[in-house]
Amino acid sequence: MMDAMENQETLLEVNNIEVIYNHVILVLKGVSLKVPKGGITALLGGNGAGKTTTLKAISNLLKSERGEVTKGAITYRGERVQDLVPSDLVKKGVIQVMEGRHCFEHLTVEENLLTGAYTRGSSRGEIDADLNMVYEYFPRLKERRKSQAGYTSGGEQQMVAIGRALMSRPETILLDEPSMGLAPQLVEQIFNIVKSLNEEEGYTFLLAEQNTNVALRFAHYGYILESGRVVMDGPAADLRENPDVKEFYLGMSDEGRKSFRDVRSYRRRKRWLS
Amino acid sequence: MPEQLVFAMEVFLNGLMAGVLYALVALGFVLIYKASGIFNYAQGVMALFSALTLVGIMEGQVPFAHLINAIFGTEIHHFGWHVPALLAILFTMAVMVGLAWVVNKLIFRHLVNQEPIILFMATIGLAYFLEGFGDIMWGADIKKLDVGLPQGINTWIDESTFNIFDYGFFIDNLDIVATVVAALLVTALVIFAQYTKQGRAMRAVADDHQAALSVGISLNFIWVMVWSVAGFVALVAGIMWGTKSGVQFSLSLIALKALPVLMLGGFTSIPGAIVGGLIIGVGEKLFEFAIGPLVGGATENWFAYVLALIFLVFRPQGLFGEKIIERV
Repeated sequence: MMDAMENQETLLEVNNIEVIYNHVILVLKGVSLKVPKGGITALLGGNGAGKTTTLKAISNLLKSERGEVTKGAITYRGERVQDLVPSDLVKKGVIQVMEGRHCFEHLTVEENLLTGAYTRGSSRGEIDADLNMVYEYFPRLKERRKSQAGYTSGGEQQMVAIGRALMSRPETILLDEPSMGLAPQLVEQIFNIVKSLNEEEGYTFLLAEQNTNVALRFAHYGYILESGRVVMDGPAADLRENPDVKEFYLGMSDEGRKSFRDVRSYRRRKRWLS
Repeated sequence: MPEQLVFAMEVFLNGLMAGVLYALVALGFVLIYKASGIFNYAQGVMALFSALTLVGIMEGQVPFAHLINAIFGTEIHHFGWHVPALLAILFTMAVMVGLAWVVNKLIFRHLVNQEPIILFMATIGLAYFLEGFGDIMWGADIKKLDVGLPQGINTWIDESTFNIFDYGFFIDNLDIVATVVAALLVTALVIFAQYTKQGRAMRAVADDHQAALSVGISLNFIWVMVWSVAGFVALVAGIMWGTKSGVQFSLSLIALKALPVLMLGGFTSIPGAIVGGLIIGVGEKLFEFAIGPLVGGATENWFAYVLALIFLVFRPQGLFGEKIIERV
């Protein structure tokens, strides 16, 4: 699997970007990453490491939050995309599923899904076919299609958010913190759906996740962010076995629990391995 | 039938008609609030501005005539032509779309994700700017507006009620037209919001700006669209009010009458604006009729607000407003 992926073309490339909020707060200090076509790439790291900011820099949602990419380049299929508006990016096939789900509360589940098809000029028939595809992956949503999204459960809302993104017929889905606030079984269920969407429909995922354990089980490749920098990256299988990752992110250690005073933080600027 | 009851019926009908006019103004508020969470204080002034523009275009007035004359020492006031009403309405609509575009470009684009109070303040600023701008553009004198709508007593109603009750009801033809127009407008708007792609996008934007952006909805486009539709509603209200009582600057004050209508009907409901308007219209007319003489009249000034206050206490979201969804 991994060997096959090495040869695959890079869809999305982020090259040494710096992001500043409100002209003063430096959040990303040179982040670089590559997202290969057909893979699940994970962005890992703790709170405030810069995962969400990285995704928003890619999807161009930063501007409405007064954030700005001040250095570096973001390219999609070799084309510079950082000056596009979000709707252009959605048309190019890159869509973000935001952290905290962000459903349209007062719209029904089905209306939520239909908003995902906003940028498409497709016929009603094509859109209905895609709606059925989404309902196949999320049968629960079909049962609840007439309910107001605001009254559905957290897990259902996460499904709505992912389903809504699928309705735009994307190539790459930026998935921000899908496990947030969900029970472990639901997290497992959501990740399994992500996996089958990836394997059966060929969607490419870039996934930001605090839950390192789950993310590394489902992803092919991982990047670890720490205070706005990539400190480590590698195939998910390698990261899982890395003693430092085990210790800091998976909570496992050979020598029992260590004091936080001994925990070192990575300060390398770009690639750590490789 | 006792005389008092017949009078009360006439008052009731007139109240309904007055309510329709309140509802027309309230409708503009609801649209913008629904789509952007902005309480547009300038809605009343937009009605005034559109009516001024309509009269100006129909009469062939030169815009900014005073300003031009003051600067260049010229004496121009009129182009010397008259534009037919329908054509003038189309031109005015174009002006309102332009206004929507400029307002978004210069003001609201820069205030995305700001606190509602800041957006509200911006609309207050806009209201007074637009009032002054209308003054400079078209002059401050009271103008007569006649786009050919029927006016005066409806003789058919007068006669048929006279045959039944021995007392003819006075119902103005203009009010009947306003009612029909309002009904059509509301039906069209409800269909638009519920069943079209852009309408769905509008409601999506109202719920969550960021999420709407993330699925590729352009906030700017939706806002210009909504402000244009609100401009159109303002134009309809402006025509009705302007025909009734002349185009004058006190027209902008009808916006204040729309506030209790909104509290009653709910800030987010299109049908709510209509029902709220009717309740306020009928309520204040009947109250004035029954209680007014006992307390020395002028109850119409405050009755609507008291009713709205009572509603706020028991049903803060209004009759048809969206429930405030809160999950933990």
